[in-house]
Amino acid sequence: MTTRLLPWLFVLVMAVGPLWLGDQYILYVLTSTGIFIIGAMSLNLLLGYTGQLSLGHIAFFGIGAYTSALLSLGFDLDLGGAEPFVLGPQPVWVAFLGGILVAALFGFLIGKLAFRVRGAYFVIVTISFAQVMRMVALNWVDLTEGPMALNNIPPLSVWLPWDGVIPLYRKEYNYLLVLAVAVVCFLVIQRLVQSRVGRALVALRENESLARSVGIDVTRYLVVATVIAAGMAGAAGGLYTHYIRIVDPDVFMFIYTVTMVIMVVTGGKGTLAGPIVGGLAFGILPEVLREVARPEVQWIIYGVAMIVVVFFLPQGMVPAVKNWFAGRRKRVAATALGLRKETSA
Amino acid sequence: MEAHLQHLLNAVVLGGTYALLGIGLTLIFGIMRVVNFTHGELYTFGAYMAYMLAGMMGLNFFMSLAMAAVLGMALGALIEFTLLRPLKGADIDTTMLVMIGAGIAMQAGEQLVWGGVAKSVPSPFPTEPVVLGSVSVGMNRLFVLGVALLLLGGFYLLINRTKLGVAMRATFQDPDTAALMGVNRGLMYTLTFALGSGLAATAGALLGPIFVVTPTMGDLVALKAFAIVILGGLGNIPGATIGGFVLALAEEFGAGYLSSGYRDAMGFLLIIAVLIVRPQGLFAMKERIG
Repeated sequence: MTTRLLPWLFVLVMAVGPLWLGDQYILYVLTSTGIFIIGAMSLNLLLGYTGQLSLGHIAFFGIGAYTSALLSLGFDLDLGGAEPFVLGPQPVWVAFLGGILVAALFGFLIGKLAFRVRGAYFVIVTISFAQVMRMVALNWVDLTEGPMALNNIPPLSVWLPWDGVIPLYRKEYNYLLVLAVAVVCFLVIQRLVQSRVGRALVALRENESLARSVGIDVTRYLVVATVIAAGMAGAAGGLYTHYIRIVDPDVFMFIYTVTMVIMVVTGGKGTLAGPIVGGLAFGILPEVLREVARPEVQWIIYGVAMIVVVFFLPQGMVPAVKNWFAGRRKRVAATALGLRKETSA
Repeated sequence: MEAHLQHLLNAVVLGGTYALLGIGLTLIFGIMRVVNFTHGELYTFGAYMAYMLAGMMGLNFFMSLAMAAVLGMALGALIEFTLLRPLKGADIDTTMLVMIGAGIAMQAGEQLVWGGVAKSVPSPFPTEPVVLGSVSVGMNRLFVLGVALLLLGGFYLLINRTKLGVAMRATFQDPDTAALMGVNRGLMYTLTFALGSGLAATAGALLGPIFVVTPTMGDLVALKAFAIVILGGLGNIPGATIGGFVLALAEEFGAGYLSSGYRDAMGFLLIIAVLIVRPQGLFAMKERIG
């Protein structure tokens, strides 16, 4: 019973605590951390549950960000015909959903393409994909403004009974929105991994040939997982773009994928809570370090932390804590019964 | 026609360095099963060493080049010894994560030591280009090509004609049997990593006088090296050599005739094209799938 209530208690604390503190800086840090946690949760679906080290994940985030920004700003596209294709500014929520859809579509295409190969090849193909996206964003100046960035992106809006439809300029509302999206993503992932699809994914992670032999359509399940993960990363990108209200090609940088990977791996890949724990740790750590260390030193600490985690906590923090508790419970039970080794738990 | 020839010449010059980078990376993957994410940082390291020795300490350029190569090998050996050796037997994803962490730390370290301002390595060559009929090329670029070809040739001799090369190839084919035949496997791994790192550092030092030296110069280069290696098949040394030249050709002609903005995207487009048309790779190897 308590284990069921615990996540909701956590959500409640996260929802009320920062608002109660009311510090704008803390809200800002937690909002951007939350956006990254959504990205990390979606990456965990691939990295943790299917076992595919996808290192181009930021591409879906960036595609979501750019699509949502462009749809909400409106754009015209010269497709070589007589009349350029013109699209006026769309409502922000239409743009946001559009970002999710386009990111998911790219997830489908890249999944179809990249899952033709495995292992190191897959990793390199996914990195390349993000890199191509960055170059497109840099060079397709007519559409993306290239290095000049897309500016003045409208914030998301929400209908409140006491205020009507209001644009979300305030940090409190943005924070709650990010938290809500994170909860939705968490529930979707939870349902998914506990379903038939989730069991199929874990089966193919553990032994692909065996999974294939019992009739699991491996590529299809991998593509399904990629589409969902890409859509969620696109949602995170949309949240980001309407919150920061500017987006430039640097959003596709490899280092952001690495940040998400670090979050997942430190927290515990293939666990539901892992990306959240790792995400909170690595979202807040830079802000703490900022007081004492230069950015270069921060990155050195990141890199070293990654090595240390792989060496000493290969499963990540969540499984390590779980094992520690399980071990303690066992020891406590053993002492209570006056037994030492014969306990069966 | 002249434009064609000029592009071709540029591509050959560029391809030499690409091949050096690709061979180092593919060698390390082939023998050690490690995707080396520090490759680009070793390239950067080589360039900074050339800057330090030739630019700051005023040493002879050629001397500095040789020393940069040796220092790159030493750093590679150190990485292998401290990070990879304890992980022996770990799966490929684990070592990849460790190498990514090491790469990040190295790049930030370079930023910390050298600062973000671009440095340039003094070139010992005259600036006026050599004119060959209708095309021209800078002396420094010709030198780069010369050294690259020399190293490629030397490397083939090492792999195919020496006892060390036999030991390396044996370790590549079957590490256990090689060990039973008296090959010191640990030494082979260290040597392989040092050799691959040395090639990357040399490439960086060679290109130092042509481009500017910055802490992030290795990022794009590392990605290109990955592209080359995929084109040729991971672990395939002739494949990486050909892949290096193929990529250089695609970039030169792509930039010349399509769009110069997408120059650096050519490698990735090539990979994607290869995957669509021929997923097993241009030079197929058995470990590709699965």
